[in-house]
Amino acid sequence: APGSSRVFVVRRDQDIYIQTLRKLFNESHGIFMGLQRSEEELAGKSRKAQLVQVSKNYRSVIRACMEDMHQAAVSTRDPALQGQYSTQVSILSAMELIWNLCEILFVEAAAAGPLLLRLLDWVRLHVCDVDSMVREVLSSENPSKHKLFWNVVDVFVLQGRMDEARHLLSKEATANPTSMNMYKILDDLMKKMPMPTLGNTQTLTELELKWQHWHEECQRFLQDGTFASNPHMESICKILLGDEDAILEKRELMTTWYHFLVTRLLYSHPTVKPMELRFYAQSSMDMFLGGESSPEPLDMILMAAFEFEMHQVIKECSIVLSNWWFVAHLTDLLDHCKLLQSHNLYFGSNMREFLLLEYASGLFSHHSLWQLGVDYFDHCPEYGRVYLELHIERIPLSTEQKALKVLRICEQRQMHEQVRSICKIMAMKALRNNRLGSALSWSIRAKDAAFATLISDRFLKDYCERGCFSDLDLIDNLGPSMLLSDRLTFLGKYREFHRLYGEKRFPEAARLLLTLMTAHIAPCSFWMTLLTDALPLLEQKEIIFSAEQTYELMRCLEDLTAGNVDKQKLQEDDVETTKVEMLRLALARNLARVIVKEGTVEGS
Amino acid sequence: WRPPPAASLQPPDVFATGSWDNEDNRISLWSAGDLGNVGLNGEYHGEPHLLCDIQHNGDVMDMQFLDQERIVVASSTGTVTIFRHHQNNQTLSANLRWEKAHHHVDQDTSCGGAACTGVVCNNPEIVTVGEDGRINLFRADQKDAVRTIDNADSSTLHAVTFLRTTEILTVNSIGQLKIWDLRQQRNEPSQIFSLAGDRVPLHCVDRHPNQQHIVATGGQDGMLSIWDIRQGTMPVSLLNAHEAEMWEVHFHPSNPDHLFTCSEDGSLWHWDASTNVSEKPSFLHQGGRSTTYLSHSTINQSVVSAWLSNDPTKDRMEITNLIPNQTLSVNSLDVLGSCLVYGTDAEAIYVNRQLFA
Repeated sequence: APGSSRVFVVRRDQDIYIQTLRKLFNESHGIFMGLQRSEEELAGKSRKAQLVQVSKNYRSVIRACMEDMHQAAVSTRDPALQGQYSTQVSILSAMELIWNLCEILFVEAAAAGPLLLRLLDWVRLHVCDVDSMVREVLSSENPSKHKLFWNVVDVFVLQGRMDEARHLLSKEATANPTSMNMYKILDDLMKKMPMPTLGNTQTLTELELKWQHWHEECQRFLQDGTFASNPHMESICKILLGDEDAILEKRELMTTWYHFLVTRLLYSHPTVKPMELRFYAQSSMDMFLGGESSPEPLDMILMAAFEFEMHQVIKECSIVLSNWWFVAHLTDLLDHCKLLQSHNLYFGSNMREFLLLEYASGLFSHHSLWQLGVDYFDHCPEYGRVYLELHIERIPLSTEQKALKVLRICEQRQMHEQVRSICKIMAMKALRNNRLGSALSWSIRAKDAAFATLISDRFLKDYCERGCFSDLDLIDNLGPSMLLSDRLTFLGKYREFHRLYGEKRFPEAARLLLTLMTAHIAPCSFWMTLLTDALPLLEQKEIIFSAEQTYELMRCLEDLTAGNVDKQKLQEDDVETTKVEMLRLALARNLARVIVKEGTVEGS
Repeated sequence: WRPPPAASLQPPDVFATGSWDNEDNRISLWSAGDLGNVGLNGEYHGEPHLLCDIQHNGDVMDMQFLDQERIVVASSTGTVTIFRHHQNNQTLSANLRWEKAHHHVDQDTSCGGAACTGVVCNNPEIVTVGEDGRINLFRADQKDAVRTIDNADSSTLHAVTFLRTTEILTVNSIGQLKIWDLRQQRNEPSQIFSLAGDRVPLHCVDRHPNQQHIVATGGQDGMLSIWDIRQGTMPVSLLNAHEAEMWEVHFHPSNPDHLFTCSEDGSLWHWDASTNVSEKPSFLHQGGRSTTYLSHSTINQSVVSAWLSNDPTKDRMEITNLIPNQTLSVNSLDVLGSCLVYGTDAEAIYVNRQLFA
């Protein structure tokens, strides 16, 4: 409707410009390229191990970046910048969290048993709000007297860190001998707790049996009231039994619902299968949040992961994160794990390609990360080339060196159109700045005959105006590139004529001059000049042109003047008519002399 | 890009880098990390760390240390600047600047500035060349150019180096190597050499440190050419080296049987032409796993140096690629003693301190 005008403020994607993130882009580019090139023939376990390693590499890059960003946030004095850096740190940390979970569930595809161990590691690594408290208690002189002592023990138990919990408990036991009995029983229970192992030492069924047995033992001790006098120990026992309420009481120590989930699984279903995760995840989240707060985007993403909805994970991440780095690389990795069915989007390319294209396009908008983008486009089979062709022409070419790099990229990919267009741009620039040699070298690179002709015309024009050649070093040394265009060949040969003349090698010069005209190498416009050049040769004392040659010259002159008969200019221009007359005269005289000379019989 | 088009190493624990293709380019000085712990094998574990840096206008096209404290930098805006490093408080400051040292004649287009592509110094003289085909001779303490040769070349001059104290060598984009005698007043080169065959642009040039008639150049097609400038106008040997532009070539300053080249194709090659190669133990480089033996074909005959030898069966040159995982271009390198430093377009700088281990 008329009158409703809106002004859109277009802003560049700020993320790409943050200095510390550039390390992320560069390093991940290296990992990406390594992945694309890696051996596809490796099957089964070794391939999986390889992919897991790639995933770990990506994660370590994220962590390194997080470190740098953290350093930057700490050291900067500008509060706005500090805020920005801190935000970035939390975003990066969330990314690593998600990636790690995806690695466990999708890339490594941990089976029941090891799955729990991996999830435990995951929680221990990422829920670190409690780290400072732990450190504080451990480093104090008398840990068991510290007011947070039991909190720390609880943390250890909740995270399944049995040995550490037992170690701390032993300190309490020595300090408090009355509870020695209770402690011994608890310690024993914790020591005997069956855990999944990574090797093949026990089957799932064995584990379940052992666990069932152990669980009953704990149950007995609790019901006997063994720990009744020490509420802390009693709650620990309840946790060991997987009592959800007891675990939920320690909500602040767990801080997140997924920690709760893993703890729950540890103490009630250690042999959980991957496909069962979703039920526990949903219920854990509901129980933990308890209707008080609604789930955040991060929570939804993690939930989607637990539900093995890969596409959902990627979709949610794309919406939440501001640039495509995360989803592009993760999707690529999952694609290499052969986990993504070709989920065709409406314009025909699959998701992996779509995300990579978006990411790489973003790189091109950056003034110097475009070189990374090229490699990404290379690995998009359907549309990569088209995108590259369009983007590469738009890179601003400020120096020759940059242009050379861009050209090299185009040549390696046989993008002839782009090569031609870039060379033309550079050649035009050079021409405008009067760098004729540079312009020529660009047109040679592009094998652009038309442009070479243009440059030669420029040279010839200069010669006509000034009477001498500029840039002799170029023309004298054309070499095989002379053959690129007819005009260029003419230029070279014409210069050679001048040189021969200068060296007083007149017969050769004469022959060359004639060839230039008869072989039609010279442009018509130049014939007059050539004929005028012939004048001094004709006027020489020595006869240089033979009869044949003179006839040829005369024919050339006639051809030239015949064409100009109806042009009034010729009659008006005295200089021209004088020239023609002089030529006719000289030619006639030469002819006379040469006929006499050739007719004369030598000797006798 | 952060990392460098050029780096020079002096003394062997401080090096300078310059960045290009950034909106905000910087000159930086780094300490090559010999403050790190010495490990079991005597390797250094310390990483290079940044000493100081300063903003630079335009891309850094070339740079060289003038003396212990000063660095000359050539910019894509056509300006040549001398930076001074203050060691007491670890800062860099611009000492002297020659604006518009390189410019195009028509001031309306291209804002007048033409990129300065190469700089070389021989304290206190500094010679620069640029895309405008101009050669400038400066002295480090004078504000104006001592001598300027306008339109020295109709094409872009890519690199320059000193042949003798009064003579310089330039290479250009139509494959010519020219000698200029600075004592003479005329603005013509005293000699011109060209490649046979295609006039491929030459990007870099370096002279043998002891035998001044031996010159090496690198071209756009990655070919390494060795010239003997006492004789002939064509190269003595042509060695098929890289697959893309060779950006820099350097003879090792104290061990001239060794040559280093780096290229757009992402590799850095170490050429070892020392005799008795077969008896020498092979190098153990951290990354160099691919070694090839190349017997080079020669055109002319000369006896003196290993570089000019002509016996293809006996003389073999050992060539090692020092980069294990090559991706993007290696733009620049420098070598001094047993230290090598190079920079790539992947925004990374690498230092190798155990070149001849």
